Amino acid sequence: MSFNIEELFKEMKTGEVLLAYKGSITAELITNVLGVVETKLNHVIDKSSTKKKIYNILVESLQNLYHHVDDLPGTTNNLDVHFGIFVISKDGESYNVRTGNFISTNKVKKLKERFDKIKSLSRDELKELYKFVLNNQMFSDKGGGGLGLIDIARRTDGQVDYNFNTYDADYSFFRMSVTI
Amino acid sequence: MDSISIEGTPKTPTVSLDAGTGIVEIKGRSIPENSIEFYRPIVEWLEDYSKDPQKLTTVNIQLEYFNTSSSKCILDVFKKLEGIKKARNEVVINWYYEEDDEDMLEAGEDYESIIRIPFKMIEIVD
Repeated sequence: MSFNIEELFKEMKTGEVLLAYKGSITAELITNVLGVVETKLNHVIDKSSTKKKIYNILVESLQNLYHHVDDLPGTTNNLDVHFGIFVISKDGESYNVRTGNFISTNKVKKLKERFDKIKSLSRDELKELYKFVLNNQMFSDKGGGGLGLIDIARRTDGQVDYNFNTYDADYSFFRMSVTI
Repeated sequence: MDSISIEGTPKTPTVSLDAGTGIVEIKGRSIPENSIEFYRPIVEWLEDYSKDPQKLTTVNIQLEYFNTSSSKCILDVFKKLEGIKKARNEVVINWYYEEDDEDMLEAGEDYESIIRIPFKMIEIVD
């Protein structure tokens, strides 16, 4: 099957879409999106703890995206630099945050293993892993040893899914979907 | 020693570090993409302060949101406070969380279990 970014984007826009974006992922964009979504959430949700959970997950998901986007080499692909997509939607009673970005295919195996491990852990095990990584792992400007993903899994009781689409021999498109 | 006062922004908290009163406050949101730069002067101030602290240091942490990039930096702040306490000074940590925000309460409990200072968990009721 050939790779079609429009098709993938369309697939991500299920339910009642609150916000959908495709293009350059910059710090400024994330700041603006967080502001817009917060205002929107204040209008549609009464319960403060639900609002906070969604907002927190949005922060982690978008900042994960910001830090981990890989750029495709060359200029033949017509895509913006630091390209990524994200969709925030409502599906029945739940909310979804979906992100997508290119990554170098040699990172896929490790990322899959990390996701599968985190998804297999119980609530208490996630708590212990979170504390272990927080207290023992070195952090860089890019973040903290996958702490973002552990945090998302904790807040949603593991309601986080992923998939990969092959782009070419060297790159894959990674998508993450979090249900709140 | 100088006090530090940092005005909050939509992504960074209001910070007030007062060596004269021994009151340390971090309030608001802490969600910058890169937190290390923001927290560096705070951790450095605490390092200096720990050389000659007040008998009682009172710490008020009242965060609405913080991201995982900040979480390590906040732990670094607590580790400095743990050092002050180990040198036989009194340190009181007040961890504020909003009513029903169980994630924030749990975050406080996580820190409390890592550092050896008991937290006072204070629920803010609207």
